[in-house]
Amino acid sequence: MNRTVQILTGIWVAGVTVAAFLWLPPAEGFRSPEAARIVVFHVPCAMLTFVAFLVNAVYSWKYLRSRDPLTDSKANAAAELGMLFAILATVTGSLFAMEQWGSAWNWDPRETSIVMLMLVYAAYFVLRGAVEEKSKRARLSAAYALLAFPAMVFLIWILPRIVESLHPTNTLFSRSGLDPKYRITLWSFFAGLLAVFVWMFRLRLRVEIAEARLRRQHRRDTMPEATPAGETR
Amino acid sequence: MNRSSSWAHEAIAVFAKDWLLELRTRVALGAVVLFAVTSVVASGFALAPPSGVPAEVKAALLWVVIFFAAVAGLSRVFVVEEETRTADALRLAVSSTGVFAGKLAFNAVLMWTLCAITVPLYLLLLEAPLRNASLLVIVVLLGSTALACATTAVGAIVAKATMRGALFGVLSFPVALPPLLVVIHATKAAWLSDNAWRVAAGDLQVLSGFMLVIVPASVLVFEHIWSE
Amino acid sequence: MKWQIVLRRVGKVFDERTVLRDISATITAPGAWVISGPNGSGKSTLLRIIAGLLTPTEGEVLYLYNGERLTARQQRQAVGMVAPDMALYRPLTALENLRFFARARGLSLRDSELLEWLEKVQLRPRAHDPVATFSTGMVQRLKLLTALLHRPPVLLLDEPGSNLDEAGARFIYQTVKEHAGHGIVVIATNDTRELGYGEPLIQLGA
Repeated sequence: MNRTVQILTGIWVAGVTVAAFLWLPPAEGFRSPEAARIVVFHVPCAMLTFVAFLVNAVYSWKYLRSRDPLTDSKANAAAELGMLFAILATVTGSLFAMEQWGSAWNWDPRETSIVMLMLVYAAYFVLRGAVEEKSKRARLSAAYALLAFPAMVFLIWILPRIVESLHPTNTLFSRSGLDPKYRITLWSFFAGLLAVFVWMFRLRLRVEIAEARLRRQHRRDTMPEATPAGETR
Repeated sequence: MNRSSSWAHEAIAVFAKDWLLELRTRVALGAVVLFAVTSVVASGFALAPPSGVPAEVKAALLWVVIFFAAVAGLSRVFVVEEETRTADALRLAVSSTGVFAGKLAFNAVLMWTLCAITVPLYLLLLEAPLRNASLLVIVVLLGSTALACATTAVGAIVAKATMRGALFGVLSFPVALPPLLVVIHATKAAWLSDNAWRVAAGDLQVLSGFMLVIVPASVLVFEHIWSE
Repeated sequence: MKWQIVLRRVGKVFDERTVLRDISATITAPGAWVISGPNGSGKSTLLRIIAGLLTPTEGEVLYLYNGERLTARQQRQAVGMVAPDMALYRPLTALENLRFFARARGLSLRDSELLEWLEKVQLRPRAHDPVATFSTGMVQRLKLLTALLHRPPVLLLDEPGSNLDEAGARFIYQTVKEHAGHGIVVIATNDTRELGYGEPLIQLGA
């Protein structure tokens, strides 16, 4: 991502943020119309959590096919960003829920699925921490990601029918009644955040590559000729 | 030799061998059953008298007990192979699909044994209503099989990592959650609803669907977990 | 019958540690070959790669029969291996272990036949004892038996004589000689006695 795109992204996100407060009208019909603006930040964060989860699964699959260490780093970077956006989505969601329903947690299907994604990411990182050898770590975590992915898709699909029985009337916000201005701001912010996502993803990879290079250098410096070579006949 | 029949052959051999080993050592069975019985008894004490406890809570508690008991034992079947260094001989003799199928069958039977002991004890000690016994049997059977399907491949992952005990619980929970939620819902129906069959029918379909998704996914990734 | 194992520029890197680098060789039946080198030089790793238990980071191992490449399943059926890191099921008896490996490999061997196999390695009297009660030499003989049960053309032995007494070593030697007459034996060792069991194939550095 070149510098111009980075600067444009910054301006874009800042612009949308300002618009969300100055251009966007308060959302009448909510308990606290001013606070409801948070929706335009919250929903894109939640959407990106799912995007990251998908990206992680795709790179995990690619890793198992290619066994390319960089692909594993990509899967890991996606998971880290997914975790970050999951936290952002949960925090913004809880703030809004506090204002709207008076409690930060409602076991709404959407809330629950985000938290489950956080659990999957947490498990993914714990697993990575529990395997020392790199290729094995990459292999096992990719396999786990690909097991967790269908399970999560399933969970997101079945949650409404299971949880509905506990919360018969649960309306986060009715889509039909959403002001078009809200829709525009929300998707604009999503686009900006997506660019930020790509940017962070690339930064994370560069750090990873630099680390690997340093490690190799360190190895060469400390043990110059310790690598065994096979003589063959 | 026919390819498809040969992995079934291998699976049967692995399954028979694992049960022979299990009956001789009783590692997994001991862990699972002891855990289940102690937690059922502990729940009985904690909730006494159990008549005031809503059936929703009882249904959830039953499956929480079963899930955590399963966590105590379902990874054993892979961990043992790695710990006793028998995995390589198995890798050379049997295809990865054969190994997976055999171990999955082992875990399913382990789950059925666990449930056959836990559920009656639970019904007895916690005075759980038994409105629809035949439905409950089907729900328990399908639910325990689904849990085995969800966690067998995770067990294989755990066997290759360090801190296996804690890891298995952490890793299997997200994968096991969908069948767990559905089976709790269905158990509640078997206990409470007048039209239990109609309520639970959808749940049973979802459970079967889950198995139809997670088992092929497991087979696909298992090869990468199992071979070095 | 013409069996061949071709190692094409095989290399293995664990993390950033290079264990094996650029190893090529062609092994043709019949005969016995020795891979030698000091401890930690990668002998066991190389043997595991040849067995198909470990995927090399670089290069490949090809199993050829009359010039045709074998499938993974055929390759598994073609290999028998004995290694210190390949244990038997200790709570099971000798016969139960054999029964399992026979069934797993799709062999229809009756118990009477398996007992005859056990007779050959003087383990018949102990057929119904758990392997856990066996001595090192007995375990090694049983391992060799499970490796040969499916009559593989390729026999891979990792330090087969370690911790064995004179009689045990002699038994290994006989087995190697017999197998090398028709198939391929590859031995990884640095035991001076075993170095002479076959022709030197690969010598790994420190």
